[in-house]
Amino acid sequence: MTLPDGWEMVVGLEVHTELLTKSKLFCGCENHFGSEPNTNICPVCLGLPGSLPVLNREAVDFAMRIGMALHSTVAPSTFHRKNYFYPDQSKDYQISQYDLPINSGGYLDLPDGSRVSIERAHLEEDTGKSTHLGGSGRLAGAESSLVDYNRCGVPLVEIVSGPDIRSAAQARAYAAELRGILIATGASDGRLEEGSMRFDANVSVRRSGEPFGTRCEIKNLNSLRSLQRAIDYEALRQIDLIEDGGVVRQETRHWDEGRGETSTLRVKEDADDYRYFRDPDLVDLAPDQAWQDRVRAALGPMPAERRAVLVSLLVDPSEAQRDAVEVVIDLGLERYVHAVAAASGDAGLALARVANELAADVENVSNLTSEAFVTTVSMEQRGDLSATQAKRVLAELLINGGEPRAIATALGFEQLSADSLGTTVASLIEANPDEWQRYREGDEKLAQFFIGQVMKLTKGQANGKAVIAELQARR
Amino acid sequence: MRSATQIAADVRSGASSAAAELDASLAAIAARNDELNVFLHVDVEGARAAAAEVDAALARGESVGALCGVPIAIKDNLCQVGVPTTCSSKILEGWRPPYNATVIERLLAAGAVPVGKTNLDEFAMGSSTENSAFGPTRNPLDPTRVPGGSSGGSAAAVAAHMTSISLGSDTGGSIRQPAALCGLVGVKPTYGLVSRYGLIAFASSLDQIGPFATTVADAALVLEVIAGHDERDSTSLPEPSPSLVAHVNDGVAGKKIGLVRELFDGADESVVTAVRAAADALGAAGAEIVELSLPELALTLSAYYLIAPAEASSNLARFDGVRYGLRVDAPDVTAMMEATRTAGFGAEVKRRIMLGTYALSAGYYDAYYGQALKVRTLTIAAFTRAYQQVDLLLGATTPSVAFAFGAKTADPMAMYLNDVFTIPTNLAGDPALSVPFGTGEAGLPIGVQLLGPGRSEAGLFAAARVLEIADGRP
Repeated sequence: MTLPDGWEMVVGLEVHTELLTKSKLFCGCENHFGSEPNTNICPVCLGLPGSLPVLNREAVDFAMRIGMALHSTVAPSTFHRKNYFYPDQSKDYQISQYDLPINSGGYLDLPDGSRVSIERAHLEEDTGKSTHLGGSGRLAGAESSLVDYNRCGVPLVEIVSGPDIRSAAQARAYAAELRGILIATGASDGRLEEGSMRFDANVSVRRSGEPFGTRCEIKNLNSLRSLQRAIDYEALRQIDLIEDGGVVRQETRHWDEGRGETSTLRVKEDADDYRYFRDPDLVDLAPDQAWQDRVRAALGPMPAERRAVLVSLLVDPSEAQRDAVEVVIDLGLERYVHAVAAASGDAGLALARVANELAADVENVSNLTSEAFVTTVSMEQRGDLSATQAKRVLAELLINGGEPRAIATALGFEQLSADSLGTTVASLIEANPDEWQRYREGDEKLAQFFIGQVMKLTKGQANGKAVIAELQARR
Repeated sequence: MRSATQIAADVRSGASSAAAELDASLAAIAARNDELNVFLHVDVEGARAAAAEVDAALARGESVGALCGVPIAIKDNLCQVGVPTTCSSKILEGWRPPYNATVIERLLAAGAVPVGKTNLDEFAMGSSTENSAFGPTRNPLDPTRVPGGSSGGSAAAVAAHMTSISLGSDTGGSIRQPAALCGLVGVKPTYGLVSRYGLIAFASSLDQIGPFATTVADAALVLEVIAGHDERDSTSLPEPSPSLVAHVNDGVAGKKIGLVRELFDGADESVVTAVRAAADALGAAGAEIVELSLPELALTLSAYYLIAPAEASSNLARFDGVRYGLRVDAPDVTAMMEATRTAGFGAEVKRRIMLGTYALSAGYYDAYYGQALKVRTLTIAAFTRAYQQVDLLLGATTPSVAFAFGAKTADPMAMYLNDVFTIPTNLAGDPALSVPFGTGEAGLPIGVQLLGPGRSEAGLFAAARVLEIADGRP
């Protein structure tokens, strides 16, 4: 989407990501999504009187990994209390980091070559989850509310970007790239639908070259699509407002996915005064050099680097292949492509099979060994299997594992012998004299027609390249 | 009343039993609890079970810890599994913790028998135990007077010989001041020496749990049992429990002790006389007495009454009616929280929550809370300077002996001033104790205060023991 002439949007994102620690941030309770409500709880995360928080070192590891992947500086940090009353917050304050976050500064490079600065990436605890019954489904007006404290105390890292983003598409690309990094660090599973990552977008608009306008914050966007749509909507709303002579109020806004619009949640004057102060129950966090070095050493390559390596295996990669590379990196499946390349196989063919067939059944890839994949691709490359047959073999391997040749045999995928293929082609030429004539006269498109007919007659068992060879031999 | 040390020895030797000691304690409670309002809850069943366990272990020939069969009273802001824990507040009435405070676990492991929960100023906010939602506690030495506070119930339990020892908590003097007013030894340990896990927080950066006892040796014994690193408290010091009892009779020969003007100036004449007499006694025992001035201490009361309420305003937010304790129903959750907190908290708690909320508010933080933190830094520096010159400091614990009910309730400032001598060490995080020394008006006891640098408890006990002997309790 493009904005009206002369207008520019300025966007900064705050991304909350849950960390994949075994236990919660300040207690030993299991950090697990989807348990029965209020089963992963203890005196500490329930905020029972007299309980005290003790920092989980694994969460610090993950926070540092994220910071290092974002080129941040890991610095001595402190924990503060953010005070506000809400039923799903068991202590009625949230332990977060304030003026001294664990990670400061940094940047994230996007695939299009643009760079978004990172202001900070700090540790904090998640709240519980409220379900409001009756009314609009929000707290105000609800008849009753249920609270699940399983999520209360789950570790989060909040990653705050600079106000460097200039379009909703760029915001989406940033969020997607960040997701890839979080997955690559092992800090997050990147499952947006489970709330593993949540986005807040600060959006303002200005006429090009003018100072920043007043910003509005859109809270709790939980998909890339919502993020992009909400930002576009909000920027246009602000432009319309200003062009009609209005003034943008600094406020927090809610995105309604169904209606596709944002609405006022609260204006700045009503904003809570969080009364931040150092949490006296916790001590300063200052990971020493040895700890930082250990974390850095364990950090693998980030998606941008992995994409570049994969692209380098392709000869003159097309746009579609570049998209396929993104999919494969996103899913962390590039080892299959690398295995084929290492066996001097066709990396382009391998990429296509991974981006399509493997990506479609990603839950089962553990059944598929690299060796089996390499064998399947080489069988297809040699013409022992047609594309359709290779896909079937892969599907079978993903479900049950096994040996590709044995599966091909069991499925009856004996390649048609040259003799019987020749007979089939000859009979088709006879039955379709006009098409044959046009093909002979140089209309190459008709090769596809004959391949389609052969496939129909042979129920997909023929190899396309072999058909073309037969056709050309008779031309 | 026999000392805890003696009781433990008698139970261990078979001259007595944990059950018999508990019976004696329960009888003493029954005799005076209605009059004095010391215990909010007597855990007869739990105490009998704990005593029976000690006796059974002894019968099996097993060794039992240092507090073998000794009944002990627990301030009602410490969590004990299944035992009602109220902080003397209506907002927690009926709440039974599902877990033990670390100190409770250590007491039980040492063979102690917790007999019940003692009264306090609501959420430990006060200096007279008049702020309890369940009525004031009376001073056993003169029931027309307060026992001090906020650990007034724990002090009164020992003063009334209901138990030989008890636990309190000290945020600005809440152990030392009632110890002084009830004629007991009371100790505020180094911050972090005793785990706060299970202590319902008033002001987390100041709170410490400590013992009341009739003798210095008993106080050292209890502290040795409850002290030492606890991984459940991030602010817990890393070292194991120090050796204290072994050093009680080390004396003060060769020690330098500073008599700090700001720690007795303005006190009643009898108190000043007692402090000077204590200095003489320590001098006679071989210490060198140096008169000192630490002018920064004049600022500490104001700083304390910003820092402690600020932390309290956050610590007490969780009492919102959602999960436990009192809930006053209302049409929506915000109104429910307001109604619950309005009905559940007493006037002094509300006053401090408001003070603290204000001190942390945007626009006021720097002028109030921020300034108070600077005073805290200055206070620490002042003590550090003092301890470069001397080993320990000496002063008064309170400006006067126990005062009458209602004497200071009308004027919060007058009540707050009662803590003027005890507050500085809480801000510094250093240890201090109060030990009885002489008497004042109406023959009531006076406490003198000994202060030392972090982890100097052994030295404090040794000096206190010198004063104990000089005061006629060999």
